[in-house]
Amino acid sequence: MGNIEMGFDLHMDLVQLLSPSGEISKAASNSARDIERLVQFYRAMTRTRIFDNKAISLQRTGQLGTFASALGQEAIGVGAAAAMEERDVLVPSYRDHAAQFYRGMAMSECLLYWGGDERGSDFKNARGDFPNCVPVATQAPQAVGAAYALMARKEDRVVVTFIGDGGTSNGAFYEALNMAGVWKTPVVFIICNNGWAISTPRELESAAETLAQKAVAAGMEGRQVDGNDVIAVHEVVRRAIDKARSGGGPTLIEALTYRLGDHTTADDASRYRDPEIVRAQWTREPIARLRAYLVSEGAWSKEQEAELHKACAEEVDREVAAYLHASPLNSDAMFEHLYAKLPDTLQWQREEARRFAQRSANGDGNGHV
Amino acid sequence: MSEITLVEAVNLALARAMGEDKDVLLLGEDIGVNGGVFRATNGLQARFGRERVIDTPLAEGGIAGVAVGMAAMGLKPVAEIQFSGFIYPAIDQIINHASRMRNRTRGRLTCPMVLRSPCGAGIHAPEHHSESPEAMFAHMPGLRVVAPSSPARAYGLLLASVRDPDPVIFLEPTRLYRLFRQEVEDDGVELPLDACFILREGADATVVTWGAMVPETLAAAEKLEEEGVMIEVIDVATLKPLDVETILRSVEKTGRCVIVHEAPRTAGFGAEVAAEIAERALYSLLAPIKRVTGYDVVVPLAKLEKQYIPSVDRIVDGVRQVMEAS
Ligand SMILES: Cc1ncc(C[n+]2csc(CCOP(=O)(O)OP(=O)(O)O)c2C)c(N)n1
Ligand SMILES: [Mg+2]
Repeated sequence: MGNIEMGFDLHMDLVQLLSPSGEISKAASNSARDIERLVQFYRAMTRTRIFDNKAISLQRTGQLGTFASALGQEAIGVGAAAAMEERDVLVPSYRDHAAQFYRGMAMSECLLYWGGDERGSDFKNARGDFPNCVPVATQAPQAVGAAYALMARKEDRVVVTFIGDGGTSNGAFYEALNMAGVWKTPVVFIICNNGWAISTPRELESAAETLAQKAVAAGMEGRQVDGNDVIAVHEVVRRAIDKARSGGGPTLIEALTYRLGDHTTADDASRYRDPEIVRAQWTREPIARLRAYLVSEGAWSKEQEAELHKACAEEVDREVAAYLHASPLNSDAMFEHLYAKLPDTLQWQREEARRFAQRSANGDGNGHV
Repeated sequence: MSEITLVEAVNLALARAMGEDKDVLLLGEDIGVNGGVFRATNGLQARFGRERVIDTPLAEGGIAGVAVGMAAMGLKPVAEIQFSGFIYPAIDQIINHASRMRNRTRGRLTCPMVLRSPCGAGIHAPEHHSESPEAMFAHMPGLRVVAPSSPARAYGLLLASVRDPDPVIFLEPTRLYRLFRQEVEDDGVELPLDACFILREGADATVVTWGAMVPETLAAAEKLEEEGVMIEVIDVATLKPLDVETILRSVEKTGRCVIVHEAPRTAGFGAEVAAEIAERALYSLLAPIKRVTGYDVVVPLAKLEKQYIPSVDRIVDGVRQVMEAS
């Protein structure tokens, strides 16, 4: 496949700046090698992973609902979020807490959400960010609309939105790309291609050679990046954001990664994929890769590693405590934010819910998960 | 014969339908190797092959549209929408095409397809996994809408749905998937698609319900019996077309009616049942009709879902109200 007339390259080169064994590419600029920033990335990715481990064990012990871990995909969230300004807008999918944490979402908020409590989507920070989006791909057109609004209001802000490889099969995704291309909205689409949509492998989702090439039909630039290489992700996303910010329109970035865990805690991946393949993918994962580089540069020590793990574990414990001790919800919460003001005609329903909630108060009525 | 769960009964009926008719095929997300996220299609790809049990790309509108095309060309697709919260993009195809292919072409092309989807709250699932969309489909001319509430009814009604020459929306309550077991004989015998089931006879009040609320209603019946109130429990099961006659005959006998459903109250299917009774059996009523339903709120996340789903207490209270009136 060669260049087509518009000048797009269908056969996009995969951008990789850090090899799986942690060697930096000659192509990496000085700014991409900024050690202080890379240490920050390393801390952020580790923090997410330690959180994920804890969340899974909370679920296993009945203290959390179904949870979707980001295991193995930390570099995409961290690299992308680090390229954003605080004022920019994140329109996430449901597996993007690496980015959300980087942007200031509290771990307790993430836990509340997966613990079945709507307050988890009322972020203390990054209050313009969209909530998690479970109906796959529905977030994509919203991201275009959000970007259109920022453009129309002449705000110096851009939108970054995530989607899975499976999500790119959905009509809403194509519609979003198409509209963004027509209107040149300041939006960056990032596909976290982790190889799987639950049990459905990438090749059953699309016969396209790459997912990045879906950009071509929408008349926008497409890039493919090693999603386990936080340096490359950051570089590629940063450029796309710069372009969007300066009026250059949208970009589609396919970040290649691998889902090292089950789809969610409700899934059992051993039913449909060979554990051998997963084991092989562990040699490519993003955290060990960056650590190898930092160590080779003399920028990371065993002591620092131990300290980081201790600090993360402490933070996670604090946040878990905050989650577990969140004030109980009562039935009014179902009505509180339904409308700006609860219509008078619905007040009796709130009363009825109270009446029956009280009745079962000592039983399972005021339910925690 | 063996005791099986509702989800196993779905599996059994699908296997039966595929075994007896080569035109029956299944499509949906993760239904093949994985056997569906609830295992409704467990083992079927191994048994019937990838061409008849298709793992589709993630595209509900596409799944429904492909099914319409397959059905119009003589196959009998049974499509699975993984959760009813994701059924909305499919509705375009269902409303604009599946339900009216026969009518538009004066019977030249038809649409013998089934759209199966798990529905309802109560399993601590994440956001958008707990919806009860039956009324939207029941509103649409040309569709059949079925909601099983036991393994035996799931088996018989699903077989009938697959064999039916018109499109059927088959809504499976997730809360009941593994709630209890029942003897189901794999005899290929279908159940009627236009008859309500009287699950319990009683002279004092009629309680009309379907789907996931059936076990709660039966539990309420036990409680009420202790108080000396005998309710007649009707499982509508086939919401559209609606067997109004069975409901009317019961209400004419008892003079009192409570309608129970999990979906929100406003424009829920209970409103249709109430309207039929008001139009055709008003003079038999000894008390106003009462609805016990989900509130008019977004179905809450797990912590509050028990507050949302009509409880046994609320049903008992609703029956007491119609007993006290008049
Ligand atoms: C529209 C829609 N259909 C089905 C689902 C059920 N579901 C949840 S996640 C998922 C797979 C998504 O895969 P992908 O887009 O690759 O994202 P990943 O989970 O791998 O991050 C499916 C089918 C859903 N949430 N939304
Ligand atoms: Mg994926």
